[in-house]
Amino acid sequence: MTNATQTEAPQFYLEEEHHPEGSTMLGFWIYLMSDCLIFAVLFATHGVLGRNYAAGPSPADLFDLSLVAINTAMLLLSSITYGFAMLQMERNAKMETIFWLGVTAVFGLAFLSLELYEFYHLIQEGAGPTRSAFLSSFFTLVGTHGLHVTFGIIWIVTMMVQVRMHGLIPENRRRLMCLSMFWHFLDVIWIGVFSFVYLIGVIG
Amino acid sequence: MSSQPHSLAHEDAHEAHHGHSHGHEAGHGSLRSYMVGFALSVVLTAIPFALVMSGALDSKMATAVVVMGLGAIQIVVHMIFFLHMNQRSEGGWTMMALIFTLIIVGIALAGSLWVMHHLNVNMMPMTHEMMKNMP
Repeated sequence: MTNATQTEAPQFYLEEEHHPEGSTMLGFWIYLMSDCLIFAVLFATHGVLGRNYAAGPSPADLFDLSLVAINTAMLLLSSITYGFAMLQMERNAKMETIFWLGVTAVFGLAFLSLELYEFYHLIQEGAGPTRSAFLSSFFTLVGTHGLHVTFGIIWIVTMMVQVRMHGLIPENRRRLMCLSMFWHFLDVIWIGVFSFVYLIGVIG
Repeated sequence: MSSQPHSLAHEDAHEAHHGHSHGHEAGHGSLRSYMVGFALSVVLTAIPFALVMSGALDSKMATAVVVMGLGAIQIVVHMIFFLHMNQRSEGGWTMMALIFTLIIVGIALAGSLWVMHHLNVNMMPMTHEMMKNMP
């Protein structure tokens, strides 16, 4: 259907990018799905190794659930503020978009800081990744998620500069939509982490 | 799906009416849908944390089932309200990719847990003497 309309109006390609926007979004979605497989394997590893404490500390000894709750709130808030940025982008409001991207980055940084604090605290207590199979898989899974958030924040800052320099041009809109999917996807993964790793872990 | 002619006039008109969703783009959310998604997420996050932190349910099994169930519901909520998943975006291919991924994820998760559980169960039982010789 779309092929037919595009051949009727070939000048569309001269005004737009080299490829229709739809394929970029689908391609990025498939990248996210492959990322999802990485996390699935890490979740499976944690599911298998998560009870092997090697006579070391268990999740109930280690995890501070109120800290995890604050962490979860940070990521959830960053998700909704990114939504606000997307709404401002649709309104073509450049400065408001940059503002909400900035708020999102701040919440993301808060999340990352709390996570690094938690990791530092665990390692100080002698519960580092080398302590037991449970802690190895825990650090790998949560660390991989944290690494994704780090790159997400770098991407957000990049987009703030891009939008500031070039405005809300189609290229930047496309990038912001990809970043939107990436950021919300990280929040979805975090739901799995706090449910399966932290809450189920503490229940025992 | 609205089939609009892709003309230059269409690009100019783009800003004039955001209200309708374009066929070729993933649907954007409205403020209302974001807020509904956020409210649902807050509730679906608060309940499992409250249950575990207060220990309201006596049975560990029941708590675990509720936590995982609410987590699964929250993932669906995020997919719909934040990632704007629907059956029509990209002619259904995003949904296809998602379903395919979910099948693989299901096989990987269930398979790993099942195989490793059975491996554990079928391990030779360890005697006290063997335990002492452990490294």
